[in-house]
Amino acid sequence: MALDEPKTTDFKYVGTRPDRPDGFDKVTGRAKFGADMSAPGMLHAAILRSPHAHARILSIDTSEAEAMKGVKAVVTRADFSKNVPFESGLSGEFWNILENVMAGEKALYDGHAVAAVAATSALDARDALKLIKVDYEVLPHVTDVDAAMASGAPVLRKGAADSSVPEGLHPNVVRYHESGHGDVEAGFTAADLVIEDSFVTEATHQGYIEPHACLATLGSDGKGELWCTTQGHWHAQKVCAALLDLETSQLRVTASEIGGGFGGKTTVFIEPVALALARKANRSVKLVMNRSEVFRATGPTSSTSMDIKIGMTKDGKITAAKGVFCLQGGAFPGAPCDESAMCAFAPYNLENVLQVGYDVMSNRPKQAAYRAPGSPMAAFAVESVIDELCKKLNLDPIDIRLKNAAHTGSKSSFGPRFDAIGLVETLEAAKAHPHYSAPLKPGQGRGISCGFWFNHGGETAVSLALSEDGTAQISVGTPDIGGSRASMALMAAEELGIPYDHIRCTIADTATLGYNEISHGSRVTYASGLATIKAARDAVEKLCKRAAAKWGIPEEAVKWQDGFAVPSGPNAGDFDPIPLKDLTADMGATGGPIVGHFEASPEGAGVSFATHLVDAEVDPETGKTEILRYTVVQDAGKAIHPTYVEGQYQGGAAQGIGWALNEEYIYGDDGRLQNAGFLDYRIPLASDLPMIDTVIIEVPNPGHPYGVRGVGETSICPPLAAIANAVSAASGVRLRQLPMSPPRIVAALKNQSNG
Amino acid sequence: MQYHTATSYENAVELAEAAQGTIRFLAGGTDVLVQLRAEIVTPDVLIDIKQIPGAADIQCLADGSWQIGAAVSGAQLDEHGTLKANWPGVVEAMNLIGSTQVQGRATLTGNLCNGSPAADSVPAMLAANASVTIIGPDGQRQVPVKDIPSGPGKTTLKSGEVIASVNLPAQSASGADAYLRFIPRTEMDIAVVGCAVSLELDGPKIAKARVAIGAVAPTVRLVESAAEGLIGSTLDDAALAALASAVRDACDPINDKRGTIEYRTHVAGVLAQRAAKIAYQRARSKS
Repeated sequence: MALDEPKTTDFKYVGTRPDRPDGFDKVTGRAKFGADMSAPGMLHAAILRSPHAHARILSIDTSEAEAMKGVKAVVTRADFSKNVPFESGLSGEFWNILENVMAGEKALYDGHAVAAVAATSALDARDALKLIKVDYEVLPHVTDVDAAMASGAPVLRKGAADSSVPEGLHPNVVRYHESGHGDVEAGFTAADLVIEDSFVTEATHQGYIEPHACLATLGSDGKGELWCTTQGHWHAQKVCAALLDLETSQLRVTASEIGGGFGGKTTVFIEPVALALARKANRSVKLVMNRSEVFRATGPTSSTSMDIKIGMTKDGKITAAKGVFCLQGGAFPGAPCDESAMCAFAPYNLENVLQVGYDVMSNRPKQAAYRAPGSPMAAFAVESVIDELCKKLNLDPIDIRLKNAAHTGSKSSFGPRFDAIGLVETLEAAKAHPHYSAPLKPGQGRGISCGFWFNHGGETAVSLALSEDGTAQISVGTPDIGGSRASMALMAAEELGIPYDHIRCTIADTATLGYNEISHGSRVTYASGLATIKAARDAVEKLCKRAAAKWGIPEEAVKWQDGFAVPSGPNAGDFDPIPLKDLTADMGATGGPIVGHFEASPEGAGVSFATHLVDAEVDPETGKTEILRYTVVQDAGKAIHPTYVEGQYQGGAAQGIGWALNEEYIYGDDGRLQNAGFLDYRIPLASDLPMIDTVIIEVPNPGHPYGVRGVGETSICPPLAAIANAVSAASGVRLRQLPMSPPRIVAALKNQSNG
Repeated sequence: MQYHTATSYENAVELAEAAQGTIRFLAGGTDVLVQLRAEIVTPDVLIDIKQIPGAADIQCLADGSWQIGAAVSGAQLDEHGTLKANWPGVVEAMNLIGSTQVQGRATLTGNLCNGSPAADSVPAMLAANASVTIIGPDGQRQVPVKDIPSGPGKTTLKSGEVIASVNLPAQSASGADAYLRFIPRTEMDIAVVGCAVSLELDGPKIAKARVAIGAVAPTVRLVESAAEGLIGSTLDDAALAALASAVRDACDPINDKRGTIEYRTHVAGVLAQRAAKIAYQRARSKS
């Protein structure tokens, strides 16, 4: 999209730090989250889940449950659409989602839904589940990515592999990616030192505090209402309509306040089930997951197995880089092996690079997006090898990254040339930061890593209506997962020239705006922000038209300045400026309501880079790691609301600390998840974290009117590697497996001392 | 599900004897209610004992020993200066359990009756040579804490029996205790390994010792061989090495989501040494 030069200076509202508009509701308990909505005569639902990792469903007998007092409906797969075609790879994504929300012929993982009940109380619904008889034929299972690719591994589903997969691979390998340029073998020959190593990471969960919840109504007339906690209600509308044979427009979906998503609420798990029950019972149905269900049956990120080979000259030039990324994505295609591959070497300007990705199915829940899906694990592997090369060649890790850094105009590892980017600026700021030169004590170590994420634009529609009193209401279609309502209001304030608190930003339902893509890909401040600015400019144009009519001069002779219509120059005439509220006060009589709107799929999202610094201390006797100090340096393009940008930086680092040190999906030999709760799925506590320092770099994105880049995802790309590098420096042993839990560190230290 | 509020321990026993099905006594409820919500145990009858007169009282008896009622919370122990000065290890062990909110409810008695091998307060109570007063259909009896746990989730309490108090002996003028646990985070975890040491000194020498370990065997264990090695020493390097070795020999852990056999055994020795040093330091600073 062609844009004028971004406005990057002289902001009045953008760059300030007002309170968020949803803050009062959230701290007083007035905000309505997924589980906070009720309807008259509402039923409560519960889902029966497979206790087996892999089993053929021979029969399901629901008769006793249906006969139970209080039970109003029981659904199985038979109650969903029969018109959703099975197709290979991601072409069959509707089928994949359908199969995931309600099992068909087989239960594919521990926790896979097999039936659901709606009853007059939540307790009755839960009790009724115990009356459903499922006859299973238990099948061999596989949960490990390497094991799932090996010959002889149990086959989850034949025909799931798409045409990208080379001949001769196991049927569980369902997608393949290969990209790069140059000649890596020649590059390795030119290197003074080549390091080749293997890395493993476990699956982690986004760990949002709010479990999935929804309230569904669906009549026999095919008209429905759905209230749910989601990052994308138009997507929910589209998927639910397909899975239930509804006309999309007949299902109105409203997004609740959201208690965290981080990518995990970009798809549906329970919404189609609640709608199916509502249709069958002809009553509204509320369905709320418990925490154990969230862990067992929503979408954690992929586990990985990765092989990295990098060559370097003595003076620190990378001559070639190669990576193989095997990602386990649960029982369906979709593990982001392509993103892992493409992000892995993106921070570096390489002559020779080759990256290969494998998307592998196993008997685990269907993975979902988690903040920069695929990128953090790839960075862990790549940046660990670069750290090791710097150590062995006695080179400064920041100097070496600067020496090889991707820059504006350089060819990316994944193909295109970079537009304006800020990686070098983040590295220079990290090097200049007092953190980098602070002394360390014995037993402590410092780690550094870069990270990259693409960011995204996507379908976006925004409407901005002016009120008679001169205030404005913005309707956006992207659920607010990071303070975006504040950012939208700031951008609209800047354009309209009215104060921030004269603007209310609302997340509109699916009946109110055109299609809005999910709040994902760090797209909201970029794309909805761009659309808000454009909608405001549309409203301003209409305001200028009204002023022109009042003055009796051509429209072009009126311009908008700081909240006033003014003559564009001395030739336009001598008129007193008219404030916005005077133009809206009588707008009913001067041409009707004034509404600005904008609809597009902006494509100039602008990639983002970050550099993280971290200090860690390891207790060699217990293997316990303490994070002592953490600094995030990241390019935001333009920070609309700096506090929320810093919050994204800190949040990514905090989640990265958990992923690096303690979080993991633990499966038993029986294929069952062993730690489906926050007691043993250990996210960091406030007391585990240092104050996370932030530095905002602003290299404007030419694709946004103010230069905005998405910031939500890049912040989780460097932490795994930065922490691994710090832990390795502190403990004296290289950790190649995540999480770096205390038992793993003690075992690594023992192995090292045993030679 | 039936819910009763007992007016006395005898009344609690009567209610239990009259009840059908699964019975749970309820004090703080920090295990019972969690298990109920998670559908691990769905009791038919809940008997609330925290309204019983005296159940929430901490008493120091004439001989300097302590009687801690069954419903006394961790927060109450923490705020009791004298008890904390006498038995710092028992109080710090209890205070490690859960969050601040949980501390307002959780009890020593509940931690013991839950039967977890990883219970934080139980090694500390064993090392302190604590006993419990049990009231049951056959009257009252005193039993050492070490005889209560019988396996994961299991105790030697008989049907209808309820613990009325935990009793700690009078602390010696030259005695002190300490408890340490290993968890991967800073709080809110279940112990991967726990270790309590209680010492009584004669000058710089250790005169009496008790060492107990948690989360490394089907029950919390008293390690007498480890204690014997300490007696007569000044906690020198040789004594510390012997302590770690004896503690590791006494471990019989499992591999699970919280740790491996190898790791737990190794860390048990590390914690025993560290806890012994703290207890020794505390006892020395008294003289």
